[in-house]
Amino acid sequence: MNTIQTIHINHYILLSTVLFCIGVLGVLFRRNAIIIFMSVELMLNAVNLLLVAFSSYWNDPAGQIFVFFVMVVAAAEVAVGLAILVMIYRNTGSTDIDVLNKLKG
Amino acid sequence: MNSIVALIPVFPLLGFLVIALFGKKLSKGLVSVIGCGTVLASLVLSIYAFSRILGDLGVANAFNVGTDASYTIPLFNWIHAGNFNADFSFLIDPLSVIFLLIITGVGFLIHVYSIGYMHDDPAFARFFSYLNLFIFFMLLLVLGDNYLTMFVGWEGVGLCSYLLIGFWFKNTEYNKAANKAFIMNRIGDLGFLLGIILIFITFGSIKYTEVFDTAGSFQSNQAVMITITLLLFIGATGKSAQIPLYTWLPDAMAGPTPVSALIHAATMVTAGIYMIARSNILYTLAPISMDIVAGVGLFTAIYAATIGLFQNDIKKVLAYSTVSQLGYMFLALGVGAYTGAVFHVMTHAFFKALLFLAAGSVIHAMSGEQDIRKMGGLKKSLRITFLTFMLGTIAISGIFPFSGFFSKDEILGHAFTYNKFFWLMGVLGSVMTAFYMFRLFYLTFFGKFRGTKEQEHHLHESPKTMTIPLIILAVLSVIGGIFGIPEVMGGKHFLKEFLEPVFSASDFKMLPKEMSHATEIILMAVAVLAAIISIYSAYYLFVKKGNLPPADNAPINPVQKTIYNKYYADEFYAKLFMKPTDWLSDKLHRFVEIKFIDRAVNFVGEGVTWTSAQVRLIQTGHIGFYIFAMVIGVILILLYKLI
Repeated sequence: MNTIQTIHINHYILLSTVLFCIGVLGVLFRRNAIIIFMSVELMLNAVNLLLVAFSSYWNDPAGQIFVFFVMVVAAAEVAVGLAILVMIYRNTGSTDIDVLNKLKG
Repeated sequence: MNSIVALIPVFPLLGFLVIALFGKKLSKGLVSVIGCGTVLASLVLSIYAFSRILGDLGVANAFNVGTDASYTIPLFNWIHAGNFNADFSFLIDPLSVIFLLIITGVGFLIHVYSIGYMHDDPAFARFFSYLNLFIFFMLLLVLGDNYLTMFVGWEGVGLCSYLLIGFWFKNTEYNKAANKAFIMNRIGDLGFLLGIILIFITFGSIKYTEVFDTAGSFQSNQAVMITITLLLFIGATGKSAQIPLYTWLPDAMAGPTPVSALIHAATMVTAGIYMIARSNILYTLAPISMDIVAGVGLFTAIYAATIGLFQNDIKKVLAYSTVSQLGYMFLALGVGAYTGAVFHVMTHAFFKALLFLAAGSVIHAMSGEQDIRKMGGLKKSLRITFLTFMLGTIAISGIFPFSGFFSKDEILGHAFTYNKFFWLMGVLGSVMTAFYMFRLFYLTFFGKFRGTKEQEHHLHESPKTMTIPLIILAVLSVIGGIFGIPEVMGGKHFLKEFLEPVFSASDFKMLPKEMSHATEIILMAVAVLAAIISIYSAYYLFVKKGNLPPADNAPINPVQKTIYNKYYADEFYAKLFMKPTDWLSDKLHRFVEIKFIDRAVNFVGEGVTWTSAQVRLIQTGHIGFYIFAMVIGVILILLYKLI
């Protein structure tokens, strides 16, 4: 019995779902690219939380190792994403994604 | 048999490749050396194969044992699908060896002749590459050990014939003649192909040995056997210019004269004879087909001979004469005289090649003139051509002891035992042959020169490369008969003994009726006498009285006019086949093509364009919308998975 398991699994699932949904809604409804970014991070971390919880209840450390990978990838993604954002800002003077609508059929 | 004989067709193929690929860079001398040398190499190997077969037969005779004297040289497995199997292997047996010798021997002489004849042609190399390709395919045709290989050669020679008829492709008429030859041949080829398919269905194999072994157990006159033989015969009528598919051969004279000699007289057109002689056992088992073959052959022989009587183009006369002589060969096949047919193929190859080449020499001297009404008196200036042409003319007329006499006599003799009426018609045909050939001969070489002053000034004997093949062929035309001297003259009939292994199964089933030696001699005498009378009447009309064929616009009686216009066969075919085909094509074009096919195709194209135009609008460029669509998509997938 470790610390994680002192809380019931259902709570973890619920929390993750809420966090994930907040992330999704943020991505869907906010126009500021930075906020969208943060929402994406929120979704990733919701998944991470769930992975850790499951891995603990399952007694399999693979899930936690997977979390490290997700974090690494997320960090890389943030680095690239923010760099792109900087460039967008320099070119358009805005981080509003509605400005970026040149790519259409 | 040494497998080196498998190289026989390889040499001409190599010659073709080298000349076709590098012809423009090679000098004319080198091209002629390659072109003739490769065929000479094949000739040497053919003689080797011939001597081996001859040796085998000699040994077998000496020890009085049977031999089939045939060798199969397997090369590779060509097609293997399901229970269908076609090997690429060569069959060397007496029949194929005889044809090998004719093809490479006469082919070599004509190659040599072409050096002189084509010397001033800018497409000299192209000409030799086609000739070599032709020799390759012709050798493939006779060497194959199954019907499919024969068919490949069969199509190949058809292609080369097309290429060489249309050799001077800037002339539209020549191209039309080439197309006509090709299309006519295709009609026949369809019959041949169907025949091969039916052979496979019936016998489960297309290999000669297997087919003929299985066929031996069949009853006579079974429907399937009649169908097979008739389908094969349709193929033969196309390639060998028999009624009803003969009209392409006279037009094929558009090609250079050596081509007419090689392809349209000596070798390719005898492919049909080879095919039927090769399938002799199938025909023997279908006597009804044999009657049809004999009937068509005889009718063609007479029919073409009558047309030949009134033609004024030196090559056209020879062309109709070829059709007529091929008719004799089919008559021979039809009455079961397979050896006689092959014998006539051989002697005909000698004298008809000679006549064509000599005619080429005349045309060469006359600066391209082919109308015999404008020739005359050429014997003074063209001594060698005159003499050789004369020997060829006597040979084709069947005068003893020239080669044509022996082969024609053998055919007529067999026709007599088969059906006396056939014999009578055969003699009638040979009378006409003698008449039109001597008419041609007298009009060309006797009397006064009727051409222009300029032509007369240019008259010259052809160069050595042309006259030497003429002389060799003339010698062969004279002595070619020694291969088949009949018993009644104390001969042994070498060719009959040589070909015995190939035709023995048929001979056994045919049981030919014997005829007394006295009858045989009377028949010969009648035929020769009739020919001599005919020659004299030609002499009387065209030398003594100095008659000339009427000019193009002169009034002539309706019968003569009909025959001069080849019985309007071309016009008849045009009305009967071409017009309905054109009409049908036009209707199909207007109603099916434009109204249905074009519309369907356009509908598909326009449909794609329209749909794309609609779907394109989804790409709004709004990132928010994309994300939204993505989330909806993910949710839908999840829902789908949940349900």
